[in-house]
Amino acid sequence: MSFFDHVVKVLPLLLEGLKLSVIITVASAVLGIVIGLFVGLGRISKKKPIKFLAGCYVNFLRGTPLLVQLLIIYAGLPQILQLITGRPSPMSPIVAAIAACSLNSGAYVAEIIRAGIQSIDKGQLEAARSLGLTKKQSMARVVLPQAFMRIIPPLGNELITLLKETSILSAIGLEEMMRKGQLYVASTFQPFPVYITVAFIYFIIVVIISKALSLLERRLRISAES
Amino acid sequence: MLKVKSLYKSFGDIEVLKGISTEINQGEVVCIIGPSGSGKSTFLRCLNRLEEANKGEIIFDGQSIYGRDVNINRIREEMGMVFQGFNLFPHLTVIKNIILAPMLVKGLSKEEAYSIGKSLLAKVGLEDKIDAYPDQLSGGQKQRGAIARALAMSPKVMLFDEPTSALDPEMVGEVLQVMKSLALEGMTMVVVTHEMGFAREVATRVIFMDEGVIVEEGSPEEIFNDSTHQRTQEFLKRIS
Repeated sequence: MSFFDHVVKVLPLLLEGLKLSVIITVASAVLGIVIGLFVGLGRISKKKPIKFLAGCYVNFLRGTPLLVQLLIIYAGLPQILQLITGRPSPMSPIVAAIAACSLNSGAYVAEIIRAGIQSIDKGQLEAARSLGLTKKQSMARVVLPQAFMRIIPPLGNELITLLKETSILSAIGLEEMMRKGQLYVASTFQPFPVYITVAFIYFIIVVIISKALSLLERRLRISAES
Repeated sequence: MLKVKSLYKSFGDIEVLKGISTEINQGEVVCIIGPSGSGKSTFLRCLNRLEEANKGEIIFDGQSIYGRDVNINRIREEMGMVFQGFNLFPHLTVIKNIILAPMLVKGLSKEEAYSIGKSLLAKVGLEDKIDAYPDQLSGGQKQRGAIARALAMSPKVMLFDEPTSALDPEMVGEVLQVMKSLALEGMTMVVVTHEMGFAREVATRVIFMDEGVIVEEGSPEEIFNDSTHQRTQEFLKRIS
């Protein structure tokens, strides 16, 4: 079989795996933003313990590899659970994957949100407070909407990173796109056509996400100006 | 209306306010002048606790604003503030800048807030900019919008922190004009300013501050014409 025969044969398998890659990316992105919002706000909190805990979270999750985090959750956690409960507690690979990806992404999103909020001139908060708005109201109505515009581009980068990093999930046997490719290689010994195709599909998806994001950015900028 | 008793404020090791005491009565227009770094702005910002004083007391309408069970947001509702840098909210139109706090803090309906906002915009001469975004306004227009925003809460006192210092010279007049008409309506105002003409013409009292203390206070004539303090005379000579 030629290069293209293998491409044609592996393509449907990869696309099937891609579905799972995308689902995990989307789920982890949503959860990551929720985590990131809380941790990011925690990072700029005036309350020392909250600030400290949020700082620990970000430093630990950025300071250790995603693969290690994944294995701790997938393999390490069930061991601890079994010690505690006395029963075997196997972990579903999808749950472990989404947990690891969203916890990891949450740390990066937290930093993006922190930086976005801190980039807003403090006169904005002062003006809001001077009108009698509470701190929460000032954040929700004045600071966060402005920070949001600045957060979109780096958040888009994080989404792209997240998608590419789901390839690591092949390490726990989750049949996302990368794993599907590896399985095909294992039975045919054709790494080159397979991995080139895998790379190409990731690349296409990333291009689509980038385009969509720059469209969204332009749309938001226009609606903010009109 | 506003009583300040020996107010002290430090930033780190630097003591900016060294025991300020004064009183501001209803209907007064008090202009605070003095060299930069004299603590004028810090003093003004202490009045609504944007800056927390280290020592001293501020009593507003018979109530200490540092009191234990005081809700500072309720007090800020009644003290409008206008900033040097305007600080309009850039993501909101002019009218939305104005109705935000009345709706959110006072619970006014959109219609009520809108009609108050509209009449205030007419008052500051911005009725044609009602749906404009702050970026589309000149500096003078922004500051007039910011004044309307503060007035929308119907405050008992207005605090102005160098409201014309960031403006191009040709726009200073329009802002001062709005402030002047506000003063004529009897609004109680505390104005930190470098506009000596305004202080001379509109102020009912002028406070001269230097190095964190009130050097002297009195009517504009007393300060500008008959000052007995060397520091005041030197300052006025320097800027004239």
